[in-house]
Parts: sequence; C-alpha cells; structure tokens
Amino acid sequence: MANIISDETIEYVGILAKLELSAEEKEQAKADMGRMLDYIDKLNELDTAGIEPMSHVFPVQNVFREDVVTNGDDREAILKNAPEEKDGAFVVPRTVE
Amino acid sequence: MGLMDMTALALAKKIRAGEVSAPEAARAALDQIKKLEGAVHAYVTVDEEGALKRAAEVQKKIEAGKLTGPLAGVPAAIKDNMCTKDLPTTCSSRILENFVPTYTAQAVQNLEAAGVVVLGKTNMDEFAMGSTTETSAYGVTRNPWNPEHVPGGSSGGSCAAVAANECSFALGSDTGGSIRQPSSFCGVTGIKPTYGTVSRYGLIAYGSSLDQIGPVAKDVSDCAAILEVIASYDEKDSTSIRREDCDFTAALKDDVKGMKIGIPRDYFGSGLDKEVKQAVLAAAEILREKGAEVEEFDLSLVEYAIPAYYTIASAEASSNLSRFDGIKYGYRAKEYEGLHQMYKKSRSEGFGAEVKRRIMLGSFVLSSGYYDAYYLKALRTKALIKQAFDRAFAKYDVILGPAAPATAPRLGESLSDPLQMYLGDIYTISANLAGIPGICVPCGKDGKGLPVGLQLLGDCFQEKKILRAAYSFECSRTYEAPALAGKAVE
Repeated sequence: MANIISDETIEYVGILAKLELSAEEKEQAKADMGRMLDYIDKLNELDTAGIEPMSHVFPVQNVFREDVVTNGDDREAILKNAPEEKDGAFVVPRTVE
Repeated sequence: MGLMDMTALALAKKIRAGEVSAPEAARAALDQIKKLEGAVHAYVTVDEEGALKRAAEVQKKIEAGKLTGPLAGVPAAIKDNMCTKDLPTTCSSRILENFVPTYTAQAVQNLEAAGVVVLGKTNMDEFAMGSTTETSAYGVTRNPWNPEHVPGGSSGGSCAAVAANECSFALGSDTGGSIRQPSSFCGVTGIKPTYGTVSRYGLIAYGSSLDQIGPVAKDVSDCAAILEVIASYDEKDSTSIRREDCDFTAALKDDVKGMKIGIPRDYFGSGLDKEVKQAVLAAAEILREKGAEVEEFDLSLVEYAIPAYYTIASAEASSNLSRFDGIKYGYRAKEYEGLHQMYKKSRSEGFGAEVKRRIMLGSFVLSSGYYDAYYLKALRTKALIKQAFDRAFAKYDVILGPAAPATAPRLGESLSDPLQMYLGDIYTISANLAGIPGICVPCGKDGKGLPVGLQLLGDCFQEKKILRAAYSFECSRTYEAPALAGKAVE
C-alpha cells in the first residue's frame, strides 16, 4: 500500500497550501507525505461503516450571540502590525490590471 | 527557602501576609531568569520593565484590599501562542517575529484580573507543532534536569521555566499532549482540562477542535487553583462550555478509598521504557495502598489514535494557518511578483520545516478526492476512540498510565525522523481526540536522573477525580527541583 506521491500531486498541494517549495523541499515533502500516508492508511483496518464522523466531542452547534459591537476602535494599533499600510488601509500588490 | 522555590500558593500567602511584596516576588523571578536563561532558554520574550510595573500596581491593589485571591502577586510565564496586549507574541515562528497583539487572551486576562504578574512569553515548538521545543525559530530550550536533553514540547519553555524556578507557574497549551509530555520530561505538574473549559480566545489556533489551555506548576494544588482562575465561559469562543463545577480546589483531598482506577494493558506493551513502566506501576501501587481499587483492562484502539490525530490536526492546521498571508500582520517576503507569489514566498520563508510538513499533509487530506478517505475516516475513528473511553469510564473513575513512553531524549535526536517523534505522543493524544481531561504528575526518575511522569485521565468534566487521585499520590512524596534551579536567588 505504499503511497507514491507524484510531482503533480506535490505541485497541486503546494498550490492549495500556498507554499513555494524548493526542489530539495519538494523531494523531502514527497517522501515525508508518502510515509505519513502509509502510516495513516492503518485506519483502513478499522470498520467504520455506519459511524458518524465526529468533528466535535460535544453536541454544540449554532452558538449565537447578539450582534453588538463590544470592541473599541483599534485601527491604528492593528495597522501597526501590517507589513505595509497606507491611509488607514492594508497595502497589497496590484491584483487587477 | 527562596521565593522562587515556593509553590505559587505559598508565595501568594506570604504576599497577602505582607511578608513579601509583589514587586519583590517579580524581582526574584527576574533575577532567577537572568541567572539561568543562558543555560535553559525557556523564554522568547522577558518583559522586565512591564512586569515590575504590573507588580507595583498589583501590590497597591493588594494593600487596598481589592485583590484577595489565592494567586495575587505571583509572577507567571505565558506560552508564546497566547496573545498578550503590547507584548510580542511569536508562536516561536519567524512569520510572527514582529507581531504585537492588540488584545490579551481571555485565560491571561483572567489571571491578570486575579493579580498574577506576567513576566514574559515562553518558548515552544513553532505553532505548537512538535514534541521537543526544537522546532522553535528562536533556538532550543534545554531541560533543567540535564541541559543535553530536550524539555519536551510543545510547551517546553513553560515547563522548563517552572522546573528552573524562572516563574512561579506557567500557562501551556495542549493539542496532543503539549502540556502533559513536557511536564513529564521536566518533573513538573500540568493539566489539560476538558475541551471547552478554558476559553481559546486569543490562543493562536493550531488544531482548534483539540487545543486547550492549561496550567503548569510545581504541584497539584497550584494547578487546581490556577485552573479555577482561568476556567470561564466565554461567548467569544463558540466552543466554550458553561460549567458550574469549577471549584477545582475542593477536590484536593488525600483520599482515594474506593476510587476505581483502570490501567490500560495497551499502554504497557512494547515501546514503553522499562524504568518508566516501573515508576508508573509503583505509583499505581501507592494509590492501591491508599485504598483505590486498581485493575488492568483493555482500552483498545490505542494504535489508531496517532494516525487519526495527525490527519485531523494537520487538516485543521492547514486551514488555521491560512491566515498568515503577509498582509495583515507578520512577515512579508521582500521580493515577489504579484499577489499569489507574495503569499507563497511570505509563507515559505516565514514557516519552518515542521509547520510546512503539516500544512502540506493537511491540505492533501482535505483535498477533493482524498477528503472522504482520509479526513472523514479520521473523524470516524475519533468517534470510535471516544466510545472506547466512554466504555472505560463507565467502569473506572480514573485511567492511569505513563505520559510518555520514555524520559526526555537528547537534543537533536528527534527531528530527523518525524514519524518516530509522533509515536512519542501515543499516551497523550487520545485525550485530545476524546476531549477528556488529563494530568501529569512527577512519579520518579530513571537511571540517568531524568523525571518520569504519571498520567491520570478522567471522563469529560471529571477534573476533580483526577485532581484528587493526583493530590493523594503527591501526598506520598515531596517535590524535587533540578539541581540547577536549586541555586535559587534568595
């Protein structure tokens, strides 16, 4: 059941993960991911037919609260953390020509 | 006895009695930090000026009778994945090198409201991904018991700081054992509470459905008192749980008569170090002598917890860490062409190898075509593991076992083989999948003089049972600090 991760898969996962890996990192990622998936395949030994996937251990859903503003205006402090800001806004590279 | 040799509760008592002031306590901690940080490196950031200022304010409130709680005036350290207003919070990652939060995590707010003085932020595995604190971008933390060994992780800085007397107590976070395993390696006590007990507001997320903040301290009483302060319902955390039974210190009784303790045979098979096994079984014997009914049983599914965990945690991490895009905060690459390359280069240069490995794995198991086979399969396995614990807790009050299969490895031994490192989480990881509480208390040392930890697991909301068992066990021994910490500043 050895998982062979192809170059295409690593490219695709890199796009999903928004990561740019060097050639060396890609080779390492292929080996690491294949080995991890081989290990994860152990779960196939378990019969999970009819078992509901459990995303949360307690039956908590739709937690609502009133839509009331409780925080103050931290704009300046928040923008201080931005790599680049201008006129009270985050600066990003041009996205539309 | 120096101020930093004392438990948090004992030090606070002296402060309340007026024998010591909060600034004196903070000064003692800062002096100890100065003396030992070169050897231990438990902290990423030490806020000397801020700590002394806060201590002076706390002292005024204590004298005015406005702060009367059991922890008022005590100096503490916070793991660097919890946001602290105006104090850098890095998650031990390059990508957050210059990040200064505009707000404080709810658990830390609760501590500050109780008069605890924050000293600084402790080192950790980058984004809490690791078991040794070696994946930190800011250098390794050394085990105070032997500087050639790791402190464990990911809350290695918090546990090392407590062991080295560089704070009275610390907060850690536990996603797959990150409080309990380093507590075991450093010979201190740490609790992972029931999921939802402590607000995750301001805790930088790794695996949101598994992450939980908890205390690390010198003994069980301190841990119970700290947990009582940090536990709170918080509408800012949608998974927060409203609990009426947070009077954890009420459980501190040296009495386990009739308590049913189960020892999973599955935890004592191959892979468990002989000396760890001996120390843990000797602890079980002490609880039996004190009147507990101890028996072995089969928990089952233990070997499926790690693959299920790394699938779920990596999936959640890939989603949670997508917020680091080089725009709102954190590192941005210097050279790039266009928006997408900016994202990719910023993230690739900002994240370390282990973080990238988990983001890649997580992105894969969530991707179309693999989601059912990997991610949903892991969530179904999680349901089965939860059922196995439900069956066990129908029979037992407490499950007893080791916290880790071996004592602290030497520095540099673990990172070369990630899968091998993941296997070290085998005894702690299922508690996070099942949402149950666990505590680790020191129960001996191996032939190399490294601490061994005893882990006690309880059913959801049954912290009091594990606290009582841990406290009763602790009453049979005395706290031992590493020799290095013993040279405390008087």
